[in-house]
Parts: sequence; structure tokens; C-alpha cells
Amino acid sequence: MIKVAGLKKSFGELEVLKGINQHIKKGEKVVVIGPSGSGKSTFLRCLNLLEVPTEGEILIEGESITAPKTNVNKIREKMGMVFQQFNLFPHLSILDNITLAPMKVKKKSREEAEKLARELLRRVGLEDKADAYPAQLSGGQQQRIAIARALAMEPDIMLFDEPTSALDPEMVGEVLSVMKDLADAGMTMVVVTHEMGFAREVGSRVLFMDEGIVQEEGTPDEVFSNPKNERTKSFLSKVL
Amino acid sequence: MSAWLTGLWNGFIFAFNSTFILEGRWKWFVSGLGYTLLISLFAVLLGLILGILAALGKLSKFKVLKAISGVYVDVIRGTPTMVQLLIIYYIIFANIPIAKWFVGVIAFGINSGAYIAEIVRGGILSINIGQTEAGRSLGLTSAQTMKNIIMPQAIKNILPALANEFIVLIKETAVIGMVSNIDLVGAARKVQSLTYDFAFPLISIAVIYYVVIKILSTILNKLEARLRKSDRR
Repeated sequence: MIKVAGLKKSFGELEVLKGINQHIKKGEKVVVIGPSGSGKSTFLRCLNLLEVPTEGEILIEGESITAPKTNVNKIREKMGMVFQQFNLFPHLSILDNITLAPMKVKKKSREEAEKLARELLRRVGLEDKADAYPAQLSGGQQQRIAIARALAMEPDIMLFDEPTSALDPEMVGEVLSVMKDLADAGMTMVVVTHEMGFAREVGSRVLFMDEGIVQEEGTPDEVFSNPKNERTKSFLSKVL
Repeated sequence: MSAWLTGLWNGFIFAFNSTFILEGRWKWFVSGLGYTLLISLFAVLLGLILGILAALGKLSKFKVLKAISGVYVDVIRGTPTMVQLLIIYYIIFANIPIAKWFVGVIAFGINSGAYIAEIVRGGILSINIGQTEAGRSLGLTSAQTMKNIIMPQAIKNILPALANEFIVLIKETAVIGMVSNIDLVGAARKVQSLTYDFAFPLISIAVIYYVVIKILSTILNKLEARLRKSDRR
């Protein structure tokens, strides 16, 4: 579903990604962990071209997104993204936040888009907030809305960029449980996170990144209980 | 002493009478103020349209648009308003029959567009990059993101600055007196040419400008405070 070959990304002099090769299959839940500055968010952002790779190729469902002629917007329709800072649109009601893209991009009618939006709000447990504005909601609620907004485009892949890092501790659980439901429903997910419990429980594969490359990968059990790489060991000893 | 005061008072009454009352001259001031406000309002609206276009041009990745917008803003901000008005009136509209107030709207609209462009550009740049990323990651094009997500927030943020631009224009439009007599300054000049009293009509319009601007800025400050309150809902 996603094939990454020789992916490199530099910001000026600084080489953040030094050659990543990955094959993510349909239905996989890939959890990316690693110290800050290891390039894990950049890797995720390259997958939907929020960062343009300096080198290498990325194929999404067989289509190269790094080729110059690619319609970036079409690719992004298939990939939902959830940000650390939620990035809800503060001037729009919750319902309008969710219906905007389906109406503008997929040309759905308002009724159709609203029906789907209400369904998704029910799924994230916030059906009573349809007419509220983002500023009226807690961080955890905002992030659940952000997930619903991404799902409204009916994506094949969901990307999560540290979705719980900006939340108060007591709100982390509600967001993770929405993500877990999504995983159970079979969604292909790539999650950058510091939540090791989530990685262990939900991940089908864990990537440990450091210094711009994937240092170690495997099932959660392999990586967490029996890490082979020294860097992985030292990182896990600090966070577990 | 009281004779001196009485004399001053009588002088004031006489001047007031000949400036405002005689032959219904107050109507000239009312109409002049009307034109001043009309020109300012339409000029700020035209300026907003030009300003948005120029700001988008300056932020665009197309070199030609960037260059055109840059030159427009640069030239307008680098030359006196009065010279721009004279060029537009005497050269560009020299042979085109057009209402004088409308020439004023065009001249001041083009002028304030250059200043509004910088206001709008600042407003757009003040919106968190995450908003653009969220829009683009949902599959919206950059134009759709700008129109539906960035612009509504930017415009709301710059409303106070735009209101201020309107107030500045009310004062700026006084130079339209260079080409016509339709505005408030024109009304004063018409009276001056009849009464040969130069001081009273000038001071009168200064008071009128001051009062009108005071009222408008008080209203706008109230609206701004309410707008900020609604942000915290």
C-alpha cells in the first residue's frame, strides 16, 4: 500500500532522513517511535508530501507521489492526517470543519456530507458538539474531532503525528481509544507517538528511528521485550 | 471687557451666519461631508479588493504576479497621494467623461489598495501554518485552502486595521479639493469665495472632520472590543 525507497530529506545543510526503505501493507498499524529529532515526524510528513523529499521514491497504492506530474491533492484525499496541534479551523463550527473537505473536494451535497459527519461524530462520541466551535472544546475533544474530520474524506490510510503529545494527561486515553477503535476496524495506520502502551497494544509493527534511519523494527513484542540495537535499548530504558 | 466679548460674539454670529445660514449654505457642507464619506467608503472597498489581489500576488509563487504586485505597492507607497490624484484626473481620465467623485474613488482606492495589501499580507502570514497544512492534507487545493480557511481568519484579524484605514481615508480625501469642489474642503472654499472670510469656514470644516472622525473611531473601537470578545466564546 505504501512503498518507500531510499527516502532522504534535508533542510538546508541538515540531513534529517538518511535513507528510509519501508513497505507498509494494507491493514498494518505501523507505530514509529524514537527520540525527538530522530526524523520520525519528517518521515510521516513526507508520506503525504507536506515535506517534499530530497531524494528517493514513495509509492502510494502503486502510484509514485514523488514523480513531478503527480496530482498531490488526489493522493492526499486517500490519506487522512491528524496533527499534534489538532489544527481545527477556529472560524468554522465542528460540523463545518468536518463537511468542508467532502463538499469542496469530493463535491458531496451538504445533506450527504452532514449525514456522514454526524455519523463520524457519533463514532468519536461527540455527536452533541456538532454546532460548537473548536475553542469551546477541550484538547482531547478537539483531537477526536480532528480524527473525524480526516475520516470524513474516507481515506485508505491514516497518518498520526504525535496525536496525544499536546494533550493533558487525563485526555490522552479518550483519543487513544478512538484510535484503537479505528485500528480494530481495519484501517491502515502510521502513528508517530510517545505512547509506548499504545504502541505495544495496537501496533502490528514498531519502527524505532534515530538519526534519520530506522534502527530497528519488528513486532511490538520483539522490539519492546527483546531489543537488539543498543540505541533501542537505551531509548526504551529511558521511556519505559 | 464685556464690550470686547460682545464684539467677539457678534463677530462669531456674523461669520456663522454668512458661512452656514445665508442662502442655505449649510447644505453645501452636508453635501460635501456626504461626498467625503462616500468617496472614503467606496475607496476603502476598492482598496480592499486591490489589496487582497496584491497581497495574494506578493505571496504567490508565480514570478510575474509577484513582480506586478511588488511594483504596484512600491510605486504607490513611494509617491505622494496628491500627485497620484492629479495624474489619474488630468492624464488618465483627461478625455473620459466621468463623475468627479468616482475619479476620487478610483484614485484613493488605488492608493489605499497598496497600504491594505501590506495589511492583508500581514494578516495572512499571521495565520498558523498548521491551518494550511490541515487544509492541504484534506485534499483541498491551495486556492481552496486560501479562500475557505486562511482568508476568513485573516480578514477577521485585520478588520480593525481596515476600519482605521477608512478613517485615515476620510482625512486623506481632503486633497480631492485639488481637482474638484465636491467634498467638505470644496464647501469651505465656495463660502470663502463669497464672503472673503478665510478663517471661519476652514476652522468649521476642521471641527466637522474632528467630530465625525471622533464619532466613527468610538463606534469602531466598540465594535472591535465586541469582536475580540466573540473570539473568546
